[in-house]
Amino acid sequence: MKNKAEFVYVTYIHSTVEKVFDALTAPEMTRKYWAHLNVSDWKVGSPWKHEDANDGQLRLVGKVLEKDPPKRLVISWAFPADKDNEAKHTRVTFLVEPGPNAVRLTVTHEELEPGSDMDKGIRHGWPVVLSNLKTLLETGSAMDTKTLFAFSKK
Amino acid sequence: MDKVFKALADPSRRKLLDVLRTDNGQTLGELCQHLDMSRQAATKHLKLLEAANLVVTVWRGREKLHYLNPVPIHEIYERWIGKFERQRLRALYDLKEGLEKNYEK
Repeated sequence: MKNKAEFVYVTYIHSTVEKVFDALTAPEMTRKYWAHLNVSDWKVGSPWKHEDANDGQLRLVGKVLEKDPPKRLVISWAFPADKDNEAKHTRVTFLVEPGPNAVRLTVTHEELEPGSDMDKGIRHGWPVVLSNLKTLLETGSAMDTKTLFAFSKK
Repeated sequence: MDKVFKALADPSRRKLLDVLRTDNGQTLGELCQHLDMSRQAATKHLKLLEAANLVVTVWRGREKLHYLNPVPIHEIYERWIGKFERQRLRALYDLKEGLEKNYEK
């Protein structure tokens, strides 16, 4: 029996692998579809942080675990309160693969405590973030992120 | 998007998604234990769900694990639900859920 929860999310985006990878790591891009800034120098071993674009508050922290641009990025992912508690760190892998018609973006979120706030939060969060990323890259503009996340918070 | 609607238009396939929502990342064998269908039928349904990107498979060693991927359903939601309706629908949904929960008691 599995004692940790795990999710795999996939979206196909009419774009290039470089643009998709850039959209995950450039704060001026994540602001548009995620309403948060992903900030880091994205070197393996470096910290990364996830800041609320509206109030600047720190929402998530972690480290860059693996990086092979523009194909693969692995990061640890935790609430700031759990920064020094490795047992509560979760793991996110972004895989960006070129396809015949579209880029396939796979997000795997592992090492989640079932029923935890993180588990519940990401279940609502990832589908919103990924479909909004697709909309942004394909149409040039994203949904209004203020109301977007009001819905997912529960 | 046609594929998503076609995939969702079958109660057995919706049941498969329900089972994955409860326990994500299952093998075909594990899935069949929860369902009144043959391995062949389950395989056929999973193939359609995978083509619609509602189910994603990952190989872990010799095991093929199936995961629920709700992203295409969210894309449908985004297409027909505007930003102003969002809050009102949330309120209506909460009302319905609360009332139905009390009704069952």
